[in-house]
Order: sequence, then C-alpha cells, then structure tokens
Amino acid sequence: MKTNDLILQTTTKVVVFIILLFAVYIFFAGHYTPGGGFVGGLLTSGAIVLLLLAFDLKTLQNFLPFNYIYMIAIGLLFSIGTGAGSLLFNVPFLTHVFTHIDLPILGDLSLHTATLFDLGVFLVVVGVTMTIIQTIGGDE
Amino acid sequence: MSLLHLAIISPFLLAILVPILYKLLRKVHAGWFVLPLPMLLFIYFLSYIPRTSIQQTVIKSFAWIPTLGIDFTFKVDGLGLLFALLITGIGSLVVFYSIYYLSKDKEQLNTFYVYLLLFMGAMLGVVLSDNLIVLYTFWELTSFSSFLLIGYWYDREKSRYGAQKSMLITVFGGLSMLGGIILLYLMTGTFSISEIIQQSNEILTNPFFIPAMLCILLGAFTKSAQFPFHIWLPDAMEAPTPVSAYLHSATMVKAGIYLVARMSPIFAENGLWVWLVAGFGIVTLFWGAFSAVKQTDLKGILAYSTVSQLGMIMSLLGIGGAAFHFDSSNNSYFTVATVAAVFHLINHATFKGSLFMVAGIVDHETGTRDIRKLGGLMYFMPITFTIAIIGTFSMAGLPPFNGFLSKEMFFTAMVRVLEIGIFNLETWGVLFPIIAWVASIFTFVYSMLLVFKTFTGKFQSEKLAKKPHEAPIGMLIPPTILASLVIIIGFFPNLLSNTIIAPAVAAIMPNFKVDVHISFWHGFTTELFMTLGVIVIGILLYKALPKWRRVYRLFPEKFSLNRLYNSILDVSQRASRTMTNRYLTGFSRTYLLYLFAFFIIILATTLFVKDAFTVKTNNLSSIHLSEAILALVISIGAISIIFAKSRLTSIILLGAVGYTVSIFFVLFRAPDLALTQLVIETISVALFLLCFYHLPKFKKREERMRFRIANAVISVGVGAIVTMIAMSAHSNKLFDSIAQYYVDNTYEKAAGKNMVNVILVDFRGFDTMFEITVLAIAALGIFGMIKLRLEGGKKNENQ
Repeated sequence: MKTNDLILQTTTKVVVFIILLFAVYIFFAGHYTPGGGFVGGLLTSGAIVLLLLAFDLKTLQNFLPFNYIYMIAIGLLFSIGTGAGSLLFNVPFLTHVFTHIDLPILGDLSLHTATLFDLGVFLVVVGVTMTIIQTIGGDE
Repeated sequence: MSLLHLAIISPFLLAILVPILYKLLRKVHAGWFVLPLPMLLFIYFLSYIPRTSIQQTVIKSFAWIPTLGIDFTFKVDGLGLLFALLITGIGSLVVFYSIYYLSKDKEQLNTFYVYLLLFMGAMLGVVLSDNLIVLYTFWELTSFSSFLLIGYWYDREKSRYGAQKSMLITVFGGLSMLGGIILLYLMTGTFSISEIIQQSNEILTNPFFIPAMLCILLGAFTKSAQFPFHIWLPDAMEAPTPVSAYLHSATMVKAGIYLVARMSPIFAENGLWVWLVAGFGIVTLFWGAFSAVKQTDLKGILAYSTVSQLGMIMSLLGIGGAAFHFDSSNNSYFTVATVAAVFHLINHATFKGSLFMVAGIVDHETGTRDIRKLGGLMYFMPITFTIAIIGTFSMAGLPPFNGFLSKEMFFTAMVRVLEIGIFNLETWGVLFPIIAWVASIFTFVYSMLLVFKTFTGKFQSEKLAKKPHEAPIGMLIPPTILASLVIIIGFFPNLLSNTIIAPAVAAIMPNFKVDVHISFWHGFTTELFMTLGVIVIGILLYKALPKWRRVYRLFPEKFSLNRLYNSILDVSQRASRTMTNRYLTGFSRTYLLYLFAFFIIILATTLFVKDAFTVKTNNLSSIHLSEAILALVISIGAISIIFAKSRLTSIILLGAVGYTVSIFFVLFRAPDLALTQLVIETISVALFLLCFYHLPKFKKREERMRFRIANAVISVGVGAIVTMIAMSAHSNKLFDSIAQYYVDNTYEKAAGKNMVNVILVDFRGFDTMFEITVLAIAALGIFGMIKLRLEGGKKNENQ
C-alpha cells in the first residue's frame, strides 16, 4: 500500500491523538455515560487503522512495535482473572465489587473491578482487530 | 479442599512446572524433578493403611457442581488404596527407570513427563473418586494420556497407528460407560457409588438394570483389553518401555478391573454379570496365553501375556460375584475367588513390571527385541537374567514365587465353581477349570520362551546392532526391587493379607466377613496336581514347539480381529471423506448457501408448526418522515449492492447501509449502539479494502450477473423469515420484558449509570467473557491460516 499523501499524513498525525484521547475517555466514562471497553477498543484500533492507511505497514510497526497476539492473551487474562479473582473471596465467579474514594484534586472517585474486566475487553478488541488487519494487510 | 484432594491434583500441578524446570535446567534430566512426587505420594498413601486395615474409609468432599450432584468426593477404602499404592509405587520405579532409559540429549523429555504426570493424576482420580461423573472424567483423561504416550515417538507410523487404535477402542468403551452411568443415575438419582450400592437391592428389577450393566461392562472390557477388544494392547507396545510397564501392564489396563470390582456390589446379584465377567475373562485368559506363544517380539509376548493375566483376574472377579448370592455370614468358601483376584493383581504388577523393565534393558543394550535374533545373553547380563528368571517363573506359577500362590488360589476358585450350584454353573461351569488349566499350560510355555530364548542358547552376535553388556545400575534397581518383592511376597504372603488384601476384598464385598490366610502348602489337593500337570505338559510342549507351531497358521489372516478393525477404520474414513468432500467445496458462497438454506427451513418450519406467526398492529408508534427516508436509503443501498459492477462500489454501498443503520440508532436514542456501529463500520470497510487486494477479479461471467434462481429464492427467503420473526416477536409478548429489572438495579447493585455497559461487564459478564474468547480464537485462526500458508509457500520455493 503505497501512499504519498501529504495532507492525509499531516492530518493523521494530529487526528490520531485526538481519537486515542477520545477512546481513553470513552473507556473510562463507560460506566456512567455511553462508551465502554468494546467501543474504546474499536476506536483505538480505528486510530491505528488510520495510521496504517496514511503511512504503510512498516512505518506503523516501527511506530507501534506491539505484538498484538500477546495483547489478546493479556486481555483475556485480565478478563478471566477478574472473574476468577472473585473465587478467592468465596463468592461466585465474576462477582464485581466497587468502592468510592475521595482524592484531593480529582474529588469523589468510584473504583470498580468491572473496569479491570473492561480493560481486558479493550485489550482483546484492539489485539484482535489489529492482528486480523495486520496479517491480512501484510500478506503479499 | 483437603490434603487428599491436594495429593490427587499434585501431579497436575507438577505437570505445569515440569516444562519450566526443563527449560531452566537443561543439564539435569527432567525425570529427577518428577521422581520425588510419586515417592512422597506413596508414603502418604501408606499412612492410610492403619485406617483401612480396620475397615475405616476416609471420605473427603469438595463441591464442584452441587446442583447436579457432581462433587469431588474422594474415598479411600481398601480397594482404592491398593490401586493408589500401585500407581504411586510402580510410578516411582518407572520414573526412576525412565531416567536411565530415555536419553536427555535425544528425547523431548518435557512432554514425556507432562504426559506421565497427567496420567498419574488421572489414574489416582479414577480409583479414589466416589462420584461416577468425576470418575468418568478422570477415566477419559487416562485414555488421552495413554494416547499421547503411545504416540510419543510420533514420527513412527506404527506409534501413530497404535495410539489411534487404543484411543478409538478405549474412548468408545468410555462413552458407553458414560451411558451406563447415566442409566444408573436415572434408576437411583445419585452419582455417588456408595449411595448406589445402598440401593442395589431396589434396582435389580428395574428395566434399565441390564442395559446399564452392559454399558458399564463394555467400558471395563475395552479398557482392560478383554477379548475381543484386546487388539489395541499389543499395538500400544510402540510406547517407550517405561510407559508399557506402567500404563499397559501395571495400572491403566487394570482400571477396567477396578471398575468391575467397584461395581460388583451393585450388579453381581444378577447371574448375567457373573457369566459375562467370568466368561469374557476366561476366554481372554485362554486367547491371550495361546496368542502369546506365537509372538517373536519380547514386548509382544508380554503384551499378550498381560491380556491373558487381565482375563484371569477378570474371571476371578466374575466368579467371586457369585458369592453375593449366599448368606453373608457364610464362610469364605466362595469369596476365595475375589481374594485370589486381589492377590494376583498385586503379584501381576510386581512380576510383569520387572519383566517389562527386563525387556527394556534387552532392547536398550542389544538394539532388538526379536527372540529369533537374541540368545545366550545370560553371559553378558547375569543380573538381568536373574531378574528375568524370577519374573517368568512367578508368571508361570512356579514355587516359591508369589505367582505360584495366586495361581493355586485361582485353581481353587475355578474348581469350586462346580459347587456353586446357581446360574447353571453346575453344567457349563465345568468349562471354567478346564479352560483355566489349558490356558495355564500355554502361560507356562510362553514364560519359558521369554526367558530361555533370550538368555540361553546360542549367542548370535552378527544379528545384533550393538555389542551387549550389562545395563547401567539405575536401570537395574527398579526391576530388582520388584523381583525382590516377588520373592518376599512368595515367602511371606501374609504380610499383605490383613494390611492390604483383606481391606480391598472387604471393599469389593461389603457385609462379608473376610478372613484371608494364604498358605504355601495345602496338602495333596486337586490344585497341586493341576500345577504339576501344567509343569509336565508345559515342558513337553515347550520342547516340541517347532512341531506344533503350525497350528497358528490354521487361523487365516483374513478373519483376524485386527483385519476387521482395519477394514472398519478404512470404510469409515472413506465414507466420511466422500461425505465431507461433497459439502466442503472451499467456496464461502457454498457455505453461506447451506447456512441460509437451513436457517430458512428450520425457522419457517418452527413458525408454522407452532403457529407462531402473528401480526398485531396495536401498540405501534407513528412513523416519522425522517425514519421513512432512512429506511428508503437502506433499501436502495442494499439493492444496489447486487447490481454493483465492481467490488469497490459494493464495499462503499455496504458502508453506506451500515452508517445509515447507525443513524437509526441515534434516532431511537441508543447512543452506545450508534457509536459502536459507526466505528465497526469504519473498521470493517478498512478491512474489506485490505482483503480486496487478495480477491480474484470479478469474472466476465459474473459481470453479466447471471440470475441464479436458487440464490434469489434463498436470499428473499431469509429476508422474509427475518421480517416475519421480527413482527411475531413484537406481537407475542410471552414474558414481561427484563428491561425494568435493569432499570431498577443498575445503580443499586452495580453502581453504574450506563445500563448497556453494566449489562456487558457485570450482569451478563459471562457472555462478554466468552465473546472476547471467541474473538481471540478467530484472530488466532486467521493469523495461523495466513502465516502458515506463507511459510509453507516459502518452503516450497526453497525446494
């Protein structure tokens, strides 16, 4: 995929960060407003795909040298581990707990094990999309 | 979770560690990491003897699926303990032996020990579970680990054949056993063996009783290599010799015997049980011994000999089952068969274990196991020769070894069959002692062949690949220990009688008062004369072997059981290949055709059979202009895809349809859905564009868009069905919507305000977990397919 589009590349450099920030926001906001790990993950992969379209696969792999297959595995570990963790406290699989803490600057903060689970979903989604796209895209 | 549970799962835990240790410490033979575990477990199980010898049982339970009555209930009684000691005791010796047998430089030791530990844990689970489902699970696990171990040298064709054969036959039996377990559950309402035994009188007349018995016996017979299922065991000898000694002689093949012993209190009241178990056992005893004589491979002789000895134990258990018919206060006149079975089980493990190790030594030091090439080895391997003499003489039933004692008891039990006087045993039962006696003669002959053809006679150095010498000390210690046990038990059999044998018999026959006393000298009884006859005729037959060997050629190869097995395998493979080729065309359009055709057939039939198609027009909201426009856009987009002339156009059109759908979600105030749909659509368009590169060009023929009636019917059908279901679903509200529950509880129970997300991560978190797992599998699948194809392609280029 040879691209030599200066406008696209320049815009991408800015837009990607906006999308990534938005993805992170969406991920954390998920519990109270629309969003969550799934959409967050998709948005992140959307940003990466945009990079892929603007530049080429080689540049992308230099820029983000992740092994996406490991990312899938880590994500699955997060999700299943959160579920299995509840067994240690003698409650059914996948029981979540939450608490509120007050931090000096951030104010009232809600902490929730569901976020860990969702982080797993996030990682799996990014890993899966990028694995598929990279393998198919990298296939000559 | 108790110490007992930990003991049973400890092999599995160690199996996880072994590959790591193997990687970290390459210089140390991986067997040294494994060896301490079976030794510790052996000592741990020994500590149960004081309790079981006064007939106490230890029961520890750990909930697994309590709602279905499936729990990790482990029960240590005399029978379970006997097996646990065999598994860990022989296991320790075998692991020790394997350290010297398998070279750490040439073999993949990590996988070997993982499989071996897997087996050890599974086998402990089989013999200590009180819950039938748990027992079944472990049972299948032993089949799997046996499969993996037989196929350990997987680059040999024969190993793969043997592994597959054992797997097919034992798993077939295992599945039938599962059927039997379910039938038992239907009759009694419990999976617990001890509870089923308490109800055994009530289920005798149940119509499921006989089918359950047959199913369970099928499982036991296949596992314990009873005629005609014995054919897998000789082929299983392709496994490394330590494995043959452990799985295919001392432990796994005795799982079937364990099962029959365990189930005896449930089924033995019925005459059919006695006849089947004793009958199959005695036929196997004869056939195994008879076939062993014609083998030329050392391990082949041992394999058929194992088959035959398993048959002997089986027949004893069958005859012992007849004792259930008599008053339990009656003396131990008929329980002698069960005592003999348990005693011979122990003896067989000792002498056969040592003989397998001897065969391994011979193979290791000379490079062959063919008795036609071997001979005169006693001068090179005096220690091995001594062990072999002890093992084979015990196997042949000669004094003063332990095999003599159990063989005498076997004859006693067989002679007493005539006096049982029920189930028509007084007429046809006379066959039992006769077959037993004839089979013992053959046992004598092959035992002599085994030792004398290998160790005496002319030494043929030109036929051997290596110059033979005595084995390293590490390979001699384990068989020496077993051979000493053969002698010790031979002289002091009553060491075992009250500590191990009596508790085991008591577990097989609850309510019986068992008094075990084994003596060397019974006086001039029938049994003694039978043994003398065996020895005399055995020597004559051994000397005259070349003259009567022709008997074996009378059996045509064509009708052998192996031939039958092979042709069944062939036919089923060919049939499934033909069938598969018919529907696996390699075109995704064909698969979609099948999928959608079945979709239509199943759903349409259900709709009309259940008369579920209804349309109610009440409770509908009004349609706004904007919605109508969107619907129109979607329809136009979808229809134009069909007429698109290039792929690019259709991809863009498809994207347009998807984006429009997401506007629908916005209109219907579902921001989560809208967001997801938008991003998904973007990414899938990108993905399509990537795939695009690989797809073949639209062909001229396809550009004309030849109208295919079948495709059109199916696509219209799918659309119609989905529409109908949507309408009916709206019109039939059988249940109250669950929506209100989520509205009420999202903040209360999950502290979230976004209901959709809370459902995803919390209320239905299980679904999400499995969905991402499926996604991961799909990604790995795509990765594997494309990368493997690429590498394969490169390899071809290099060639």
